[in-house]
Amino acid sequence: MEIILPVITGFLYAVGLFFMMHRSFIKLIIGIIIFAHASNLFLFVASDIARNAVPFIDPQVEASFGEMADPLPQAMILTAIVIGLGIQAFAIVLLKRVYYVVETSDLDALNKTDQLTHD
Amino acid sequence: MTNVLITIPLLIPLITALGSLFFWKRDYAQKILYLLGSSLTLAGSVCLLWITHQEGIVSMHIGNFQPPFAITLVSDLFSALMIVATAILGFLIFFYAEADRSITNNHVRYAFYPALMFMLLGIMGSFLTADIFNLYVWFEVMLVGSFALLTLGGEREQLEGSIKYVTINFIASAILLAGIGVLYGISGSTNMADLSIFFREENESPLVYIAAIFFLLSFGIKSAIFPLFFWLPATYHTPPVAVSAIIAGLLTKVGVYALIRTFTIIIPIETAFFQNLMLTIAALTMLVGVLGAVAQFDFRKLLAFHIISQIGYMVMGLAIYTPLAVAGAIFFILHNILVKTNLFFISGIVYNKEGTFSLKKLGGYYKKHPFISLLFFISAFSLAGIPPLSGFWGKYYLARAGLDAEQYIVVAVSLVTGLLTLFSMAKIWRYVFWRQKPQTDEILADAKYNEKQSITGMLFSSVALSFLVICLSLFPEPLVQLTQRAADQLFQRDAYIEAVLNINTEHEMD
Repeated sequence: MEIILPVITGFLYAVGLFFMMHRSFIKLIIGIIIFAHASNLFLFVASDIARNAVPFIDPQVEASFGEMADPLPQAMILTAIVIGLGIQAFAIVLLKRVYYVVETSDLDALNKTDQLTHD
Repeated sequence: MTNVLITIPLLIPLITALGSLFFWKRDYAQKILYLLGSSLTLAGSVCLLWITHQEGIVSMHIGNFQPPFAITLVSDLFSALMIVATAILGFLIFFYAEADRSITNNHVRYAFYPALMFMLLGIMGSFLTADIFNLYVWFEVMLVGSFALLTLGGEREQLEGSIKYVTINFIASAILLAGIGVLYGISGSTNMADLSIFFREENESPLVYIAAIFFLLSFGIKSAIFPLFFWLPATYHTPPVAVSAIIAGLLTKVGVYALIRTFTIIIPIETAFFQNLMLTIAALTMLVGVLGAVAQFDFRKLLAFHIISQIGYMVMGLAIYTPLAVAGAIFFILHNILVKTNLFFISGIVYNKEGTFSLKKLGGYYKKHPFISLLFFISAFSLAGIPPLSGFWGKYYLARAGLDAEQYIVVAVSLVTGLLTLFSMAKIWRYVFWRQKPQTDEILADAKYNEKQSITGMLFSSVALSFLVICLSLFPEPLVQLTQRAADQLFQRDAYIEAVLNINTEHEMD
């Protein structure tokens, strides 16, 4: 597991970025979602899958649970997943709205606000 | 030092925002709630600043968990000053948005004020938290509020801008999360004070630098430093003026706040490479921002580019990395929040009267509205740093700190930038205020913007901000002292650690 997970994380980052670089709205959404998953997994891997002490255990009690995963990163990932879900939902609605207003699904067409206005 | 007062700037916006959701589509009730909530927040924030000033760092552990496991709220002088500035804007924006014709009843009906309140809540939370994961959560609260504000109205340009804004901010948040993961992996903690102790004792792990780069990237995107600023000029000029004003005034500064907080308290990195990197970033941010501004012919776009340039000064304070420099940066942030918002306010007043932001179509304002011109003059020349206006004091302390630290290049760049800022402000002055209005037969498409527009509320907000700027200009001494104490608190971390962890550091060290 400890070798596979970093590889998968890196792969997901790459795929997420790859999709985000495309011009299509749908691919942008897919890219955002995969990128979010990649960073959640990264948090999981980077904070060590099983090492640190469990925060809420009475030190006087002889704990014989064996090696135990630290629950804190998992709690953090859970929070991040929920927040990510909210933002992804917002992004989907936003892109749908843009599609209706601009009538294109090409991100390159959305360059009006970047241009210098000389009128 | 435990004090319940610290929750006031969080609780009141939270209750107001949630409460006004019960009055969905009843704009009158929402407005009253917002006015009530923002004025109470302002009062609470000023009290918090007073307490922090009198009694030192104030902290509170939510749910009475033992630190470092508790989520701790902490207010040192830096946080408290930022909170007061935020609360002032949150209060004044109400009167402005009330009078601004580009905020229609539809905006208000579809949760303009609750979204604004949620954004303020997120900003306050980011300033108060002492837990780096909690900081991420507050950032998201702030961002979701700002997403809603930016897209509300659904104009084409707004939507175009917000796609870029949402995507880039999402990436920034993901990078921040990765940075938190690395920090947690090294130290097993997310509490800022706990991390501070940890990295003081062993700063050996090379992973620290990876975490630092993650934080630099993430907060750098949010605060629009070079070369991560491209989303800003594409977005900030698209929503209604009241929205641009408050977002331009506050959001990037939250990014800078997070940068300063991270690189002073949590991971103080004092290697020459890192300092040079920050100095380069600061110099390029200043220059590129102001050069971008000079090229623009749109009132708000010009101001938006200026935000980037000003961020450069704040990063310069952090990069020089002496208490005096950071104090200068804090002073500069506070000055910039007031001045930048006021400039956007004035661009909105002009827009409400003329129906355009294009410099080439505007003109003759000095003759028609000398008072508005005066307001612009004060803010614009304060931004350029003309003595004795407030921008001068900020730049003075930054330059002095730079000279003390023998960083001559960045000081030179900052002075050149000041000159270019003056030039670009003079450009607005010349086009909008000084010259005669060009004769065009063009009839404004939108009849709701015209010369007879009542702008009392907008003027009130702008005059109030200008008054604060003048106070800051003529009597900078109290604020300078406060910012110097704030910077000392950032550099002498013991007080912060004691307040957050409820311990006496001297015992800990023995």
